[in-house]
Amino acid sequence: MNWAEFFTMGGYGKFIWSAYGAAAFIIILNVVLPMRRHKKVLHMLRELLKMKERE
Amino acid sequence: MNITKYAAPVVFYPLAGKLIPWFAWATGITLTIGLIMGLFIAPTDYQQGESYRIMFIHVPSAWMSMLVYVVMATAGAVALAWKTRLSEMLATACAPIGASFTLIALITGAIWGKPMWGAYWVWDARLTSELVLLFLYLGFMALQASIDDPRRAARAAAILALVGVINIPIIHFSVEWWNTLHQPASVSKISAPSIHPSMLWPLLINAVGFHLFFATTVLMRMRTEVLIRERHKSWIADIVGVKP
Repeated sequence: MNWAEFFTMGGYGKFIWSAYGAAAFIIILNVVLPMRRHKKVLHMLRELLKMKERE
Repeated sequence: MNITKYAAPVVFYPLAGKLIPWFAWATGITLTIGLIMGLFIAPTDYQQGESYRIMFIHVPSAWMSMLVYVVMATAGAVALAWKTRLSEMLATACAPIGASFTLIALITGAIWGKPMWGAYWVWDARLTSELVLLFLYLGFMALQASIDDPRRAARAAAILALVGVINIPIIHFSVEWWNTLHQPASVSKISAPSIHPSMLWPLLINAVGFHLFFATTVLMRMRTEVLIRERHKSWIADIVGVKP
């Protein structure tokens, strides 16, 4: 089996790769977005604590 | 050993932080093996040709879409009964992940449906009940977001989740109760699965990988929930101050 054949997937290439691509996109989004939100919340809490200390 | 000790957010937060990298690595390794087996090693299907390889992500995500819902509703029920904070956070964390699995199942199913059935979408029992599941997840999230008081929001959302549990057996048995275009179960039959081991293994390995992925991301989301919900507690100040 060569790579061209692999990507063609017996004529079903566009279906298979779009399905796998969509799934990968959603899965990666489910890692990136929670990580970003966690950082943002940590940052906000730190700012909040600084404000409290100043009071 | 008292297991409820780990339900205390102050204990849970650092513990989950330690567990997440392990689950993340296990997810990565498992899914890599599953993908290699599914895309390279598993043989071509005699009826569906190569197109059946969509099954290796479609079926595990469909399973997860239902499992995560049951976890979410159970956590909601526990929160309603015992007012435990961590189970409220678990339910909250489940919703977007479950919605994502449902979306993956629907999208990959639609893409698979086109070459096999000739249509991306048909309003049959299996597809429609899975779409209802997506709306249940979205409704759960919308309801929770619409109520300011987090405890009241969690209670309302938990009740919605519990009412929606009725949809889970409907999804599962839809292929038996109604005449649907969707094929019946091949793996979860009481008798031996009607699927060859060379195709069953990548499917099961991916299913394990999706479970691990769920564990990883649910812990990540729960930690964020802990920070938000417990922000007035003194131990949060320690965590935020000492460790960035």
